[in-house]
This record gives sequence, C-alpha cells and structure tokens, in this order.
Amino acid sequence: MTNLRDVWVYLAASPLLHLALTLVAYRVGYLLYRRQRFNPLFNPVLIAIVIVVSILLATGTSYQTYFQGAQFVHFLLGPATVALAVPLYRQVERVRRSGLAILASLLVGSLTAALSAIGIVWLLGGDRDSIVSIAPKSVTAPVAMGIAEQLGGLPSLTAVLVILTGILGAMLGPPLLNRLGIKDWAARGLAMGVASHGIGTARALQVNDVAGAFAGLGMGLNALATSILIPALWHLLFGGR
Amino acid sequence: MVEWITILVVCQLAGEALVALTHLPIPGPVCGMALLFGALVWNGRVPDGLGKTADGLLSNLSLLFVPAGTGVMLHFKLLAGDWLPLGAALIASTLMTIAVTAWLMARLSRRPPRRFEERTRD
Repeated sequence: MTNLRDVWVYLAASPLLHLALTLVAYRVGYLLYRRQRFNPLFNPVLIAIVIVVSILLATGTSYQTYFQGAQFVHFLLGPATVALAVPLYRQVERVRRSGLAILASLLVGSLTAALSAIGIVWLLGGDRDSIVSIAPKSVTAPVAMGIAEQLGGLPSLTAVLVILTGILGAMLGPPLLNRLGIKDWAARGLAMGVASHGIGTARALQVNDVAGAFAGLGMGLNALATSILIPALWHLLFGGR
Repeated sequence: MVEWITILVVCQLAGEALVALTHLPIPGPVCGMALLFGALVWNGRVPDGLGKTADGLLSNLSLLFVPAGTGVMLHFKLLAGDWLPLGAALIASTLMTIAVTAWLMARLSRRPPRRFEERTRD
C-alpha cells in the first residue's frame, strides 16, 4: 500500500502524468465524438476538459501542477496556428475570388460579435467589468485578453469567456447553419472562425478542407479587425470611460 | 518531418519578433501564419513534406486547446457573479455572429448569373 502511494507521489510530481492525462482524456473525448458520428454536440475538447477538471478536483491537484505536464501540448498551438497557412494557400484562388465578400462578412460579423455581447450583458444588468470582459469574446485568447486589459476589463474573465465561446460555437454552429440552409463551405467556415476562433476552426477542419481554410482565415482576420474596432467602438459608445 | 516543424517554429518566431517590433494588434503565431502564407505564394506551391506535417498537426488541433480550456477551473468564481447575463450573451451572441457572418458570406459570394446573360446578348 505504501509502495503504491510512493509511486503516486512520485508520478504526481513529474510532468509525465499530466501530459498523459491530457492525451488520454482527449482520446476518450475523440472516441466518443467519433462514435456519435462527429455530432458537434459531443465536442471532444469539452469532453476532455470535463474529464481533466474532474480528475484534478478529485485529486486536489492545482492547475499549476497540471500545466507543468500539459504545457508540452499547449506549446504546439503556436506552430499549429502557423500551419493554418497551408490549408489557406490550397484555397488561395477561392479566397482571391471572394476577397470583397470575405472582407464585408468579416466586418459585419466582427461588429455583431462585439455589439450583441455588450448589448445583451448590458440589458440583463451585468456590471461594467462583465461588459468590458465579454466584448472581445470571439477573438483568439491572447488578443482578447490584450483588448480587455486595454479597456480596463478582467483579462482572466475574458480568457474563460473566450474558451466557452469557442466550445459553444463548435457545438451549436453546425446545427444552426444546417437549419439556416447554408451549404457553402466557405461561408460556414468563415463564420466558425470569426465567431469562435481556434476551437471553431478545429471543428471546421475536421469536417471539410474548404471550411477549415476559411475558418483559419476568419480567425486571423477577426483578431486584427476586433482589436481595431472594439477600442474605437468603446470610445464612441462610452466616451472612453 | 523535423525540417518542416523547424519552418513552422521559425515562422512563429519571426511572427513574434515582427509583432514585438511593430506593435501590430495580432498574436505572433497569426503573424507567423501570414508570413508562411506569403512564402507559399512566393514559392507557388506547398512542398509535400510541409503539407503532410501541417495536416498532421491540424488534424489534432482540438487537442491543443485542452490545457488552456482546463484553466477555466481557476475562474469559475469570476463567472458566478454575473452568470445569467454572461451565459445568455455567450450563447445568443455566438449564434448571432455565426448566422450573420455565414448568411452574408453565402449571399455575397454567390456568383451572379449576369455573365452568362451578357455573353448571350453579345
């Protein structure tokens, strides 16, 4: 018994345990997702997060300890984001042909994301911190946190809202688009990338190459658009308060 | 494979450096994506090895969000205060954004049948 405990203490201190936990939890999530024929409601990221958080809470493990192992996975986000240039380049002709449509949809989508979030929180009586922190929710996390900080919000609240937005978009976006009868993969992908950044892009990539390419494009462009639009909008609406 | 990973990492590094120098409001990796895209346009095609490496990395893109997503556990208390407005806004705003963006994009990029008519008139 003490042996087992010693082994546990040893493993819990090494990054290997939590690296393995991350990979295994994702594998479980992915297998479930696949068994449900890639039904977006069985989002593998959400399933993996629920498993990992439950285990960490049950074993009293801190996020910092967990992250020492998980950082090796987390680190690959950077190179993977760079790699989005490849599917994008494969669709370069299509992107060039619909340049204006992309630009217009991006601007309208970006404004919708920010204004509707600000408006709904305000209408339902949310406080100022909540309004500022949710405004950049559709943008990839590092940019969103920067915007929240610049406007005096809470970057850590923004980080949570960004992740939840990504998961919600990946889960609810596809059935919504089906219901609206939008079959154009470029439009579907762009919308997923603009509204729900990397997590939406990951879902789009699993489904269709064109959608994946346009989602990556939407995510990148929306990071740029939102970081210019939101501070300007904020001054317009609240006079820089 | 390592050579292509090297290219991705170098692009990211160049992106981070460029963002730090110019204070562009985008993350370094997104800037790195733009740099690699430029390089591909210049090169005129995607090298096979790079294509395979990128596809391999991207087919597991969702996995890479698990560590950051788990960070949600640190901040549930922040959500508790305003959970109703925040929750309602997250769901409604995300759905609205997807609907509006996709609808507009599908509408604008629909090819107008005009070209055919013009040609027949000629």
